[in-house]
Amino acid sequence: MNSLRAIFTSLLDSLRDLLPIILVIGFFQFVVLQQTIPNFGEIALGIVFVVIGLTLFVHGLNMGLFPIGESMAYAFASKGSLFWLLTFAFSLGFGTTVAEPALIAVADEAAVVAASGNMIEDSERSRDTYSFWLRITVALSVGFAIMLGVLRIIKGWPIQYLIIGGYIGVVIMTVFAPKEIIGIAYDSGGVTTSTITVPLVTALGVGLASSIKGRNPMTDGFGLIAFASLTPMIFVMAYGMVV
Amino acid sequence: MHIFLDLIKVLLGTVWDVLPIALIIFGFQIFVLRKALSNLKKIITGFVLVLLGLAFFLEGLEAALFPLGKLMAQQLTDPSFIAHGKALSELHWLDYKWVYLFALAIGFSTTIAEPSLLAVAIKANQVSAGAIGIWGLRIAVALGVAIGITLGVYRIVTGTALYWYIITGYVFVVIQTIYAPRMIIALAYDSGGVTTSTVTVPLVAALGLGLATTVPGRSPLLDGFGLIAFASLFPIMSVMAYAQISEWKADRLHKKST
Repeated sequence: MNSLRAIFTSLLDSLRDLLPIILVIGFFQFVVLQQTIPNFGEIALGIVFVVIGLTLFVHGLNMGLFPIGESMAYAFASKGSLFWLLTFAFSLGFGTTVAEPALIAVADEAAVVAASGNMIEDSERSRDTYSFWLRITVALSVGFAIMLGVLRIIKGWPIQYLIIGGYIGVVIMTVFAPKEIIGIAYDSGGVTTSTITVPLVTALGVGLASSIKGRNPMTDGFGLIAFASLTPMIFVMAYGMVV
Repeated sequence: MHIFLDLIKVLLGTVWDVLPIALIIFGFQIFVLRKALSNLKKIITGFVLVLLGLAFFLEGLEAALFPLGKLMAQQLTDPSFIAHGKALSELHWLDYKWVYLFALAIGFSTTIAEPSLLAVAIKANQVSAGAIGIWGLRIAVALGVAIGITLGVYRIVTGTALYWYIITGYVFVVIQTIYAPRMIIALAYDSGGVTTSTVTVPLVAALGLGLATTVPGRSPLLDGFGLIAFASLFPIMSVMAYAQISEWKADRLHKKST
């Protein structure tokens, strides 16, 4: 009985998370655009799906993603091999980014922009090559970012100096990068971190910071995502300058 | 019933996306750490739940909210809706008022539903022993995204260069960093990256592309981008502001009671 109640409460929580979108879309549909809702049944079913999905996700998060991220952080900390920890951090960043659907979409659009700006030849083959290497570039930059972020947690460097340094890098690159690439580069920072990567990486950072003496999980544990959204901007602009 | 067929397709797609992550994790676990996981069963159940959850979530969005939301973004940015018979080139930036309101509302509401933000909020709440509220953080981030996207829309309408906004934003972030409570800084920087994912990006991209197609003198290829950048910059400021306001309130309460 109790577990049934728990499921019901978490379903209600998910519905509450979704309510703002439903209200916004409803308001614009009925009041501003003054239209009715087409195929109501399918939309209602879709909303039920979203609510179920969010509920399952949150449960899975607490059962699987958070514990594995943390237990690996502890295991690496007790093993004491910096080399393997950094290799893991790099692979995690690179591996989760290179196949990220949102990144594939952005890279393809970037290739179209580059072709229309005469930066590359306008043929399918050269666009594909451009988009493929752009993805590799972004994935490398995220791998590098997670590695740097992990190193920061271990050494206890204050995050603000690194981030501000990164900002200065972005500004300098903006001056030299071709104009066409700037918008895409700025956007690429936001699209790299997916829904599965974020909880894993967060748990890894917090786990590391709690298992290393002298680190505070709050001030030192977070920040990995921040690096992962900053470095792609610099790398993509560099890519735009080289190609 | 094709929604159920699509669900299976989406599920397979999600499994495919998660495969590299699973390979890396279990590869390192087996070959480098060489330690059996004590609660392997539970962790695998958790992974399966996350996969199922994401598949339901994505398919539900695809069936219900994305078609309607994207169509809405197109209709709201359509010349016939905005111009009301006036020539497009004579439009004042205020004529786009519904677009701003839509940007504000959709930015806020999609962020509240963003699963990765929820994950970070849960973790921050655990780590800070409750000092950072799950809802407080989510609302702060959502406000940041809402303001950011609205400003981004204004930029597309007026045609100012993107980098001026972003660089000014950076200056603000740096100044705020000096004054914000130390414990919030890393989390605030993180919140920039987690906001833009599954729910927000498709709707916001549709809005940017639609608007850049409508406004005279804008190219969808060049000006359609940039909204995501706004959405990842402004939450940094709003989360630091949230911490500053909470600290200030706590201070005042403390002074009152002594």
